[in-house]
Amino acid sequence: MRRAFIKAVTRLAEEREDVYLLTGDAGFTILEDFRARFPDRYYNIGIAEAAMVGTAAGLALAGKQVFVYTIAPFATMRCFEQVRVDLCYQKLPVKLVGVGQGVTYGSAGATHHAIEDIGVMRVLPGMTVICPGDPREMAETVRRSISLEGPCYIRLGKSGEPVIHQKEGIDFSIGRGIVLERGERVALIATGNMLPEAVKTAAALKKKGFQPEVISMHTVKPIDAELIEETAGRCALIATLEEHNLIGGLGDAVGGVILEKNLPARLVKFGIPDAYAATAGCQDYLRECFGLGVGQMTEKLLGVLSED
Amino acid sequence: MDSTDQLRETSRRIRKHLVRMHRRGSHFGSAMSIADILTVLFFRVMNIPSPGDPDRDRFILSKGHAASALYATLATKKFFDESVLERYLHDGECLYGHPVAKSLPGVEVSSGSLGHGLAIGVGLALAAKNDGKSYRVFVLMGDGEIQEGSVWETAILADRLRLDNLIAIIDANNLQGFDRVENIQPISTFRRKWEAFGWGVEEVDGHDHAALLEAFGRVPFRPGAPSVIVARTVKGKGVAEMEGRFESHYLSVPADRVEDWLREIDEKS
Ligand SMILES: [Mg+2]
Repeated sequence: MRRAFIKAVTRLAEEREDVYLLTGDAGFTILEDFRARFPDRYYNIGIAEAAMVGTAAGLALAGKQVFVYTIAPFATMRCFEQVRVDLCYQKLPVKLVGVGQGVTYGSAGATHHAIEDIGVMRVLPGMTVICPGDPREMAETVRRSISLEGPCYIRLGKSGEPVIHQKEGIDFSIGRGIVLERGERVALIATGNMLPEAVKTAAALKKKGFQPEVISMHTVKPIDAELIEETAGRCALIATLEEHNLIGGLGDAVGGVILEKNLPARLVKFGIPDAYAATAGCQDYLRECFGLGVGQMTEKLLGVLSED
Repeated sequence: MDSTDQLRETSRRIRKHLVRMHRRGSHFGSAMSIADILTVLFFRVMNIPSPGDPDRDRFILSKGHAASALYATLATKKFFDESVLERYLHDGECLYGHPVAKSLPGVEVSSGSLGHGLAIGVGLALAAKNDGKSYRVFVLMGDGEIQEGSVWETAILADRLRLDNLIAIIDANNLQGFDRVENIQPISTFRRKWEAFGWGVEEVDGHDHAALLEAFGRVPFRPGAPSVIVARTVKGKGVAEMEGRFESHYLSVPADRVEDWLREIDEKS
């Protein structure tokens, strides 16, 4: 995902002279090529996130398209108030890019986990929140972020995420979820790095005779209410999958739509149950701790489906 | 009238606007404190042919709580009609207590939360350098404001980027929200701190137009380095019974004092 990101930003920078990339001293093995090719549009601001976001705002006021890249909790929470005032209040089209969504950084511990970032970015007026589900969505996100009038937050994983959309030229636009598979009775709506897990969970459910709908909800804000409504027409059970606190993320966004539109659907939220990782552990291990393993989610859904 | 007589007249006009505007709202003292600095900047130092000119010098009021002084200056500069000032803080109007970018011609940046303006100034100054533009960026901060860590993150950054087109001004009135600055965080080492961060530093009387002009005329103080002017000021300057009192951060102008204070500004300043 990081490679898809930098590839897309590099391409943009080739096409447009106004593209800048700031980093908070992150990006080893990722940003070197960009630095070499665009030395006057690349700045390692250092470990100074407040100064970095403020600087991005100043560059944006001068008409620049600025990508701000660092580890997700530091990109969003360390400098939260600069994001709020300098970017959102001023409606500046700065693209905040957080690396290491969810528990990507595994054993590094919770300082480096981003489990509140979607929530805190979502509540900011005018902020668009995008969690691309695979490298192809990532490339599209970068490309299209240029036309946003206000700021956005782009949530990245690491490297080596699988390609989910098998063909190129996916039908992608910010704010519109993508239906990967149409289904009935049960829908799996995933964001970011839980998209591959949704696909796997769907496969497991298929083996049990179900035909789940699979949706990539890459944009958490604005949420695609229309698609949720449509899906609820087919599926009485909607499950949301996110590597994020159960409070404030995708599940709450989808739940809000279900309630507000009075849709006839039951919601099951998969996410992190309002806790920091209690032990060291790799991403897969921690997912199991939080009930985000494919087997765990499948079992849970089969249980709910059998209640009907 | 010679040039500084004109400036004095301009400052008086701004201060009289402030007395009338501050019949409501707080931060009268903060605004009076910077009236001379704004006069010198907007009427002599900065090049702003029009508020939309792409090559204009940029001004950022980082101590956003003194917004009224910015509005009064911009109106006196005729960027908009002076009658607009009557709507300061009124319901449904755009004269907020802290400035909002583009709410009025000449208001560049939204501020109000302290410690934000300098970094925005860095971004603008960096863009000017990279685009080969000659505009300069002026950022006015309070002496309490520079207790914010973000100011010092940015001070390091501006030095490293060699932004000699960035000029910070510190309104050093030695007062902040709840006490004298020196009783909270001593500021006796202003000069040494900024110099240690790589900036060129000058200290001036922030109410002496000629001294301010002279200092602004010499920036950058160090070749290739950002500059900071520590302007020694008096909070509430221009109205004796408000001068040097931190209460002037909060009090509005009593209706029955307006005429006296207007007269005092005409006669004494
Ligand atoms: Mg002060």
